[in-house]
Formats: sequence, structure tokens, C-alpha cells
Amino acid sequence: MDIRWNEILITGDPLILGSQIAILLTMIGVVAGITYLKKWKWLWTEWITTVDHKRIGIMYIIAAVLMFFRGGMDGLLMKAQTSRPEMGFLDSQHYNEIFTTHGVIMILFMAMPFLIGLMNVVIPLQIGARDVAFPQLNALSFWLFFSGAMLFNISFVIGGSPDAGWTSYFPLAGKEFSPGIGNNYYAVALQIAGIGTLMTGINFIVTILKMRTKGMTLMRMPMFAWTTLITSAIIVAAFPIFTVALALMTFDRLYGTHFFTLSAGGSDMLWANLFWLWGHPEVYIVALPAFGIFSEVIATFSRKTLYGYKSMVYAIVGIALLSMLVWVHHFYTMGSGALVNSFFSITTMLIAVPTGVKVFNWLFTMRKGRIKMTNAMLWALAFVPCFTIGGVTGVMLAMGAADYQYHNTLFLVAHFHYVLIPGVVFAVFAGLYYWWPKMFGYMLNEKIGKWHFWLFVIGFNVTFMPMFFLGLNGAVRRAYTFSEESGFAPLFLLSAIGSVILALGFAAFCYNIYWSIRYADRNISSDPWDARTLEWATASPVQHYNFAKLPEVKSLDAFWYMKKNNEGLTLKDSEIEEIHMPSNSGLPFIMCVAFGIVGFFLVFEWHILAAIGALGIVAGLIYRSFDYNDGYHIHVDEIKETEKSWRNVEGEVHNHVS
Amino acid sequence: MSASVNTSLPLEYQKEQDRMNILGFWIFLGAEIVLFATLFSVYGVLYERYAGGPTHKDLIVIKDVMIQTILLLTSSFTMGVAIFEMRRNNLKGLLTWFILTLLLGAGFLFMEVNEFIHYVHEGATMQTSAFLSSFFVLLGTHGAHVTFGIIWASVVIIQLLRRGLTPVTARKTFIIGLYWHFLDVVWIFIFTFVYLKGLVS
Repeated sequence: MDIRWNEILITGDPLILGSQIAILLTMIGVVAGITYLKKWKWLWTEWITTVDHKRIGIMYIIAAVLMFFRGGMDGLLMKAQTSRPEMGFLDSQHYNEIFTTHGVIMILFMAMPFLIGLMNVVIPLQIGARDVAFPQLNALSFWLFFSGAMLFNISFVIGGSPDAGWTSYFPLAGKEFSPGIGNNYYAVALQIAGIGTLMTGINFIVTILKMRTKGMTLMRMPMFAWTTLITSAIIVAAFPIFTVALALMTFDRLYGTHFFTLSAGGSDMLWANLFWLWGHPEVYIVALPAFGIFSEVIATFSRKTLYGYKSMVYAIVGIALLSMLVWVHHFYTMGSGALVNSFFSITTMLIAVPTGVKVFNWLFTMRKGRIKMTNAMLWALAFVPCFTIGGVTGVMLAMGAADYQYHNTLFLVAHFHYVLIPGVVFAVFAGLYYWWPKMFGYMLNEKIGKWHFWLFVIGFNVTFMPMFFLGLNGAVRRAYTFSEESGFAPLFLLSAIGSVILALGFAAFCYNIYWSIRYADRNISSDPWDARTLEWATASPVQHYNFAKLPEVKSLDAFWYMKKNNEGLTLKDSEIEEIHMPSNSGLPFIMCVAFGIVGFFLVFEWHILAAIGALGIVAGLIYRSFDYNDGYHIHVDEIKETEKSWRNVEGEVHNHVS
Repeated sequence: MSASVNTSLPLEYQKEQDRMNILGFWIFLGAEIVLFATLFSVYGVLYERYAGGPTHKDLIVIKDVMIQTILLLTSSFTMGVAIFEMRRNNLKGLLTWFILTLLLGAGFLFMEVNEFIHYVHEGATMQTSAFLSSFFVLLGTHGAHVTFGIIWASVVIIQLLRRGLTPVTARKTFIIGLYWHFLDVVWIFIFTFVYLKGLVS
């Protein structure tokens, strides 16, 4: 174990030096700010040790917004570098690092936590439960994600970023061709975050199967709960594959094994297969919850029950099954022959069928509905055509024979941005505008929201539409520059301009959050959208025990039914009973630190230190096993007090703004 | 979170939280099946890529593997008896059979470590060839699971000694029982597809 101290901090690049100084100043600023405001104790007791699903969800969302910023900066740097031919803004190595971190961060540290955050906030409320099945495990999931994300993010200032693409294909990602430690960050940080995700999957399956309130059969669940259930099942089925792939990568890089190497019988395409066996289901792990959000938003703002509820459920299940059978379409050019490629072409095209069912269901939900053009609804409306462009180009790419032409071009890049940005980013924006009052007790500003919406949607189309044509003209992805003679310059420039508009949209979103925190009206109803599902049947922001009395469900759109029939909206004092809640715990955070330290040592291949740190993880597990803390009870008086503060005198849901 | 207690059920199933823990663990075992299935498929791709290094026939000592197999399969039986004693509310019987299970597991591990040392002395390390990389990682993952299981079970035994049989300790014992049987099932696949198939290839 020789520690090369001079290689730890990255030096010599003014951009990175600037970031290092900025990170240092920000950290000093944050620590000084918290100390000055005397908020350390509050931060520890209210947030870091919390096991409350709503707060964990909010922490996921905050982390996701920060990661969106980081990934977005990477994207802007790429767009700046390719805005003109032969630009010298970034060198090729730096460009490689940036497209790698952009991809990894946007998928694993932005899209996933954003959606998991919304699931955390909403799902227990939607099914009428008081928390998830395993609250402390839920906190651990968050902190492991956070640990992995932070470890991955420091790579560019400490030790060097991974640079083999977000897919990290071998042999490039192996020790032979990437001798630095950058790709160790990929292998280790994603492993840590992946363990957290797997536990989230298990947690939500048990929560949804076992903790639904009285009367809520599976077929009466809101669509977001359904998509979360199926997504969790895909997580449990797909993430262990990634766990193994990353572990084998770690063995290859750290311990000299020959799984994916070119020498001693290794198989580089084995990595590609394992990666996409996880990677393709991963696409649906982020897409399905997003579909659930759109279903809720469209039903609420069309003021109609979701059209074709059952076919929606079957479509999700169908997509989940098919998602496991399409992975080879990511590398038709591997040369596995016409038969294999044809098989995967057909399975891939089949996915368009259930997805099409969903799109038509959304359209029919809107048909003859009294549509309210709120911001959340605008995102859902923009999603349909933009996503359809992504879907149709996907079918083009699905044709094995034609794919040889599109493979590795910007056409593909444009395609998956057209799927993932409308399919995930639009959805989380819709979800945020929709559930923001539920989380915080005030709304996001609708007017600034319109700026956010239009800048973002226009910017998105201007950025990525030209890439389809660039790709068809032969512009390859992951190339850091191009020549004047290629004729690509005008479209690349247009795309770069689009990315600036896109960034302005994101800025408007951040400004909206800032404005709403400071000025938004706090005196709003607990059900400001006149919504249909159970999360709106309780206070906003939601009291920590969620429901004073667990609601009883009699039909789909349970809360809508309760409002129409004036049932179950009141609460009598006699109905209040003591509520049992889990206690906070500092252990998940300590495990986060332990995993982060072990991960860091592993990245630098300091094996003895890593082994010592691993003992800390084992100690944490043993401590947890001996922990018999059974939670606590909330007294009836406290519940009465809390309920009185948001209900009217008759104990009814406070439905109208006073 | 409600503590709906149903005393007609076995101890570990009486409380809702414990029922959820057991279901959660079954789902976790599902994830473990995927994990081992992936390792088996990796092995299935690489198992003939000897790269000029030793082959199955050069390495495997079937007698030792048979002893390992018998040790582990017997431990699965004793684990079953332990849970049977737990259902009879016999703490002493439970502990006896549980500790016997762990001793058998430790015997298995001891044999496996010796086996690995033997291979390394023969010049067969996981850096030698793709076959040996997949071989060592597949077996090593199983062995690491057994090791982890022994540490975990020891922690549970301490709790059984301190607290006796409660719904919580019964649930913990039951879950580790599931884990232990699962590792046995994985071993049957390893024994069949790695050792036996390796010898006839």
C-alpha cells in the first residue's frame, strides 16, 4: 500500500481549480451558516436521524436537485465545447470525464432519487399508511445513496473522474486501458448507492403489499402506487445483476482477475451484457414511476377517473416483463447474428404496444374532461408529444438491421434524451408542482412556473431536435470536437443555444423555489387541487403520524369518493387512539459515513485501511441487531391538539381557504 | 405499525411487524437468487476459458468436496430441527441444534479455505485465467455468505440467551433459518454445475 499523496488532488486545470476553491468556500459557508444560526442540533434531530418517510423523501429530492445542477453543468460544458468546430475549451480527456459523469449522475443520482423521493413522500399517504414497512431501513437506503453520490461527486477534484462513459465498456474501462483510479470511483460509488436502491425496492414492495388501509384492494390503488410496486419489483430483479457486474469490475481492476479483460480468456462483451441486463430494466425503473405521476396529474386536472385503469395496470406489468427481454438491442453491432438480433428487435418493438396503450389512456382521460391548465398539467401535456417522438425514434432504433446505421451516433443520444427528459424530468417537475403543497404547506408560484415550463420545454427541443439530424448525417456521440468541413457546425451551434435556454428554465425553477419559500401564501387548503387520492385527505404539510384515524376506502379515487359522499371526512374526539411510531436513529447516518470511508479507501486501493473500515460496517450491523428500541406512542392529547389546528370546528377536513 | 397480535400463529408470525420482516426477507432472498444466478451465468460463459492454466480435472479433489457437501447439507437438516424445537417452545433444544448447525457450517468453511489454499499452492489463483476468476468469485461469494451467516447467527444466539424466546427473537431465528437453507440450495447448484460437471467435461 503506497500512498501517492501528490496524486490525490487534481491539479493543473483552471476549471477544476475553480471548482475546488468553490467547493471549499461553499463548505466553509455552510458550516459557518449552520453554526451561526445554531442549527446543528435541529439538523441532527429533525433531519439526519429522521426515519419519517416524508422527510427522507424531501432529503432525496434536495439531493436530486443538487445533482441535477451538477449533471446540468456537465451538459453545458459539453455543449460549450461542441458549439463551434475545433473548439479548445476542453481537451479530449476532460470531455471524456464530463460525458461520463453527466450520464451517471443524471440517471443514478438525479432521476432515481428524484422519483424515489416522491415515492417516499407520497406512497404511504396514498395507501393510507403511517410509514413504510421498515422506516430505519428506509433511512439507511437514503444515506447509502447519499454516500455513493458524494463519493462519486468528489472524483473530479480528488483522484480523477471516471472517463469510460456511463456504460463503462470493457476493455476501455479495465486497468489495461484506464490505469488511473477514476473508474474505481465508478465501480465503488455505484455499488454503495445500488445497495441502498435494492433495499428501497424491498421496502416498498412490503409496504404496498402489507400496509394498505382497510378497503384498499390492489385494484383500488392509485396508479402511482401501482407503478411504484412494479418498479420495486424490477429493482429487486435487476439491481443484483448490477451488483455482480460492478463487483466483477472491482475484482478486475483491483485484484487482477480476468472477467472482462482481453487476456487470459476474459470476455469484454460479458460486461456489456451484464450492464444492459440491469441497464435496460433501469430505464423502466425511472420511467414507470414517472408514468404513475402523469396518471395522477392528468386524472386530477381533467377531473375524471383515469381512463382504462385495468389496462394501465396490465400495461405496466407487461412493460416490466418485456424490460428484461430487450437488453441486446443496445449492442446489435456486437455481431450475434441475424436470429438473435431479430429476436431482440421484436421484443423491443413489442414494448411500444403497452406504452402506446398508456399514451392513449392518458389522451382518453383528458377527452371531455374539464381540463385545468395548472403547471403540473402543462408538464403532463408537454410530455405526451415529446415522449412520443422519443418512442417513435426508439422503434426506428429497434430495427436491428437499421441500427447499424444509427449506432453510436447523436441520433441515439437525441432519442434517449427525448425519452428520459419528457419521461422523467417532466414527470418530476409535474410531481413537484402537484405535491409541493402537500410537502410544505404552500404552493410553488404558478406564474414563475410558466417561465420555467416554457423555457425548459423550448430549450429541450432546441437542444435535442438538431441532434437527430446531426446523428443521421453521421455525427458520432462522445466525440469532443468536429471539423469545419463536416458541415455540422450550424446544428451544433443551434443545439448549444438550446442548452442555454434549457439552463435558464432550470434557473427559473430554482428561483421559483426561492420565491415560494419567501413569499408564497401559507394560508392554503389541505386539498388545493380538489384532488382524488388519499394523500390529500390529511393536513398540508402532513403531520408526522400521517392520519389521526386511518381512512377506509370504498372505491377507486378514494378521497374523491369521500368528498362526493361526505363520508369519513370528519374526526370525532372519541375516534382518536394512541399512535405507535418508530424512533429516530443516528445509525443510518453513521453507516453512510462508514461506507463512504471504506469506499474511498477502496477507490485508492488502500486495502488494509478499507478492511479496517469494513469492520466498522460490521460493527454497525451488530449494533443494529442488539437494538430493541420499539418506538414510542403519541398521546391522544397531542393528536387532538394537532388535528384541531388544521380541521374546522366540526372536525371536518379544512377544504376551503378562509 | 399497529400491534395486532394473533396468538394462534407460530411465535414469529404473531405480530404484524414480524410478518412484514419475514416477507421482506423472502423478497431479499429473491434478490439473492438473481445475484447467484448472475454469478452462475458468468461462470457458464467463462468455465472453459482455461487460458493454458489448470483445468477442473487438474484441481478438484472430489473426496474433500463430498465432505464439504455432507457437512453443509447436514447443517441444513440440523437447522430444520432447531426451528422445529423453536416451534415446540424448547429453547434448550433450539440452542443445541442451532449451535450444532454453526459448527457444521464452520467445518464447511474450514474445508473450503483449505481447498482454496490447496489450489493456490497448485498455482491456480483467481488471476490465472477467466475460468478461475469466475470459479473463485462464485465459490467465494457463497463462502462469504456462510461466514456472514455464522457471525449473524452468533449475534442471534446471544439474544436468545439473554431474552429467551420472544416473538422478536423467534422471528430473527426463523429468518436466519431461511437464509441458511438458501445457502444450502446454492451449494447444491455449485456442487452439481461446478464440481460434478467440471469432472465430466
